[in-house]
Amino acid sequence: MQFGLSESQEFLKDSARKFFAGECPSAEMRRLMDTDSAYDAALWSKLTDQGYTGIIFPEEYGGVGLGKVELMLLMEETGRALLPGPLFSTVVLAGSVLEAVSTPANKKKYLAPICRGEARATVAILEASASWNPRDVHMNATNGKLSGEKLFVSDAAIADFIIVVARNGVFVVDSKARGLKISPMSAMDLTRKLYVVEFSNTPAEEIGAATDLPRAFDIATAALAAELVGGMQRTLDITVEYAKTRKQFGKPIGMFQAVQHQCADMYLETESSRSAVYYAGWALGENSPDAATSVSIAKMYASDAGRAVGNRGIQIHGGMGFTWENDLHLFYRRAKASETAFGDATFHRERIASMVIDSGSASAKSA
Amino acid sequence: MDLNLTTEELTFRDELRAWLVFNVPKDWNEWREKPIEESFPYLRAWQQKLHDGRWAAVSWPKQYGGRSATLMQQALFWEEMARADAPPMANSLGLGLIGPTIIACGTEAQKKRYIPKILSAEEIWCQGFSEPNAGSDLAGLQMEARLDGDLYVVNGQKVWTSYGWVGDWCELVVRTDASAAKHKGLTVLLVDMKSAGVEVRPLRQMTGESEFNELFFRDVRVPVENILGKVNDGWNVAMSTLMYERGSYGARLHLIFKRYITRLIELSRTIQRNGRPAAEDPLIRQKLAQCSAEIEIMRFNQMRAFSRITATGVPGPEGSIQKIFWSELNQRLQQIAQELLGSYGQLLSGDTHAIDKGIWSYAYLRTRGNTIEAGTSEVQRNIIGHFVLGLPRSY
Repeated sequence: MQFGLSESQEFLKDSARKFFAGECPSAEMRRLMDTDSAYDAALWSKLTDQGYTGIIFPEEYGGVGLGKVELMLLMEETGRALLPGPLFSTVVLAGSVLEAVSTPANKKKYLAPICRGEARATVAILEASASWNPRDVHMNATNGKLSGEKLFVSDAAIADFIIVVARNGVFVVDSKARGLKISPMSAMDLTRKLYVVEFSNTPAEEIGAATDLPRAFDIATAALAAELVGGMQRTLDITVEYAKTRKQFGKPIGMFQAVQHQCADMYLETESSRSAVYYAGWALGENSPDAATSVSIAKMYASDAGRAVGNRGIQIHGGMGFTWENDLHLFYRRAKASETAFGDATFHRERIASMVIDSGSASAKSA
Repeated sequence: MDLNLTTEELTFRDELRAWLVFNVPKDWNEWREKPIEESFPYLRAWQQKLHDGRWAAVSWPKQYGGRSATLMQQALFWEEMARADAPPMANSLGLGLIGPTIIACGTEAQKKRYIPKILSAEEIWCQGFSEPNAGSDLAGLQMEARLDGDLYVVNGQKVWTSYGWVGDWCELVVRTDASAAKHKGLTVLLVDMKSAGVEVRPLRQMTGESEFNELFFRDVRVPVENILGKVNDGWNVAMSTLMYERGSYGARLHLIFKRYITRLIELSRTIQRNGRPAAEDPLIRQKLAQCSAEIEIMRFNQMRAFSRITATGVPGPEGSIQKIFWSELNQRLQQIAQELLGSYGQLLSGDTHAIDKGIWSYAYLRTRGNTIEAGTSEVQRNIIGHFVLGLPRSY
C-alpha cells in the first residue's frame, strides 16, 4: 500500500503548478475575472496543448487517458491558481457526463471536440429549488423539445453546447438553438460565472439516461473538493508568509500563539481535506464499493474546511485581509461557491447517513 | 499511489490473521472489566505467547526479535489485533517506545541486557518524563542526578507515570548539568525500580481509576553504565521516544473508533427521539455521519503519513496532526454518545440501568485526558506552527 504520489503523479502536479503560475498569475486571474465570461481563448489553447482538456478521457476520443487521482491533482492546482474560465464546466463536468451517459457515436460528436480543445460546454442541472437532490429536477422533454428554466449554470455564455439534465433523460442543446436564452447571474465568485438558461420549445438531442449520471456527478464533486484543497493550500501559504513578516508589538505576528495555532489548524484542515480527496480519487478510479461514500466524505469535509481556512486566513491578515486588493477574498468567494455546488456539507452528511445508518452495511463492512 | 495491499503485506496479514485465530485467548471477556492489577499476569502471559510467535514487536529489526515490519505492516498488525479483539500487551511502553529508543541509542551491552526481557514481558518498563513543574515544558525538568564516582545519585519527583506500580525498569530523564541551557543539561538513565529510595504512589485521576503513578526518588543510586545515549544529550534521546509515541499511537485507533460509532448507530435505531427512532432524527443523523466521516479521514491521514515516513525513514512532526485529530475526534465522538444516550449517558459501570455496562460515561470522562496526555493539543499546535510551517517559536 502506498498512499503517496508516484513520480509521474508528482511530475504532473509540479508541471501543472508551474504552468498555472506562469500562464495565470494573480494579475491575469484578476484581469479575467473582470471580463464578462472570465474566458480567454489563448489561455484555453495553451490548456489544450498541455492535454488538460482531455486529461481523463480515452485516447480514442483524443483524450490523455489518465486516472482520477491525476484529475484530483490537476484540479488541486487549478484551485491553487484560482483559474478562471470553463475548465471545470467543460472538461470535468460536461466531459464526465458525456463519458458516463452517451453512446460511442455521441462521444465522437461531443466529447472528442472537448478533448481537442475545440468545444466548450457545461451542464444545466439546478432549477428554482436549487436542490442537488435528483428528485427535485422537474424539467421534462416533450417530443425532443425543452421548456423551462435552469439556474446556476456555470460558464453557459461561452458554451458551444449545453447538456441538460431532465427528468426523462440527458439532452444536448446547441448554443444557437432557437428558444434558448442565457442571462448572467450576479454571484460571489467572480472567476466562475453563473447563468440562468431559459428554454422555450428548444430542440434538444437525447444522449442518455439520467440514471447514469451519479458516477459523473461523483467525479465532478470530488474534483470540486480537490479545487477547494488547492485554494486552502494557497490561502495557508499566503497567510503563513504574512504571519512571518507582519510585525506588531515589535514581533512577527506569527510568534503569537493565538495566530500560530490558527495557522496550525489551517494546516490540519488542509491536509485532512487533501487525504480525503486523494482517497476519493483513488476509490473512483478503482470503482471501489466505497467510492460514492468517499466522495461525500471528501466534499463534506472540504466544504467546511474551505470556509474555515478562509475565515482564519482573513482574520490573521487583520485589516489587510478585508481589502479588495488582497487576493484572499477571491479564494474565499470561490470556496463559498464550491461549498454549495454539488451539495454542501449538510447535503453530503445526509448522503453519508443514508449509506452508513440506513443500510448499515458500509459501517459493518470494515468494522 | 496504490492503496491495494502488496503481496508482502497480504502475506504478513494472512499469516498474522491465521495465527490469531488459534492463539487469541477465548476468555478475554471475563478479564476485560477487571482491575488491571488483577488482570496483569494474564496480559503478561498473552504477550509471552505473542513473543513466542514473534509477533510482540513486529516493528523491531529482525536481529532484535522483531520482523522489521514496514509501517504499513505495523498498521495491519494493529488492525488485525483490534479485529480479533485481542487483549493489549502487558509491556506496551517497553515495546512501543522504550525498546525502539534503546535499539536506536543504546550500547550493544544495553541491547543485550534489556531487549529480550522487554519482548518477553519479564521486565515491565515505565517512563519517567513529566514532573510537577515540567509538563508541556518538559525541558524544564528538575530531577537532579549528581555524579558520585561511577554512580549517579538521583533526587526528585516524577508524575503521570503509566505502569509505575508494576514497572521493573524506568526510562528516566534527569538533569546532569544545572549550569547548561535547559535542553542541554539532560541525560536519560535506565533505572531499576527496585533500587533503594524509589517510592511509587498511585495517582487517582478524574475517572476514579489510577492508571498513572507518582514516583519519588530519594538518593537513588544509578550506575553510569545505565546512561542511555550520551551524557547531557538526554533531550534528543527523549525526543526520539516521543516521536515514536506520536507516530505509532494512532495506528490502532481506527477500528476502536469504528466500533464505537457502529455501536452508536445500532443504539440510534432503538433509542427514541421525538416519537421516532433517533436514527431518523435529522440532527442525530448529521452528527453520526460527521463522526463516521472523520473516523475515515483519520485513517486516510494515517496512511498518508505512513507513506511519507516510509519515504523519509523517521517519524516527523506530521505526527502532531494525528495526535490532534484523534484526540479531538474522540472527544466529539463521546459527546455525540452522550447526546444520543441522554440521561442514560451518565450511568456508571455497575448501575443496573447502565447501557453497555457504563462504558459511555467512563469514555466521556476519559477523553478529557486525550488532548493532554502524550503532548497537549497546544504543544502539538506549537510543533506544527514552528517545525512544519516555519513560524517563529512562540515560547
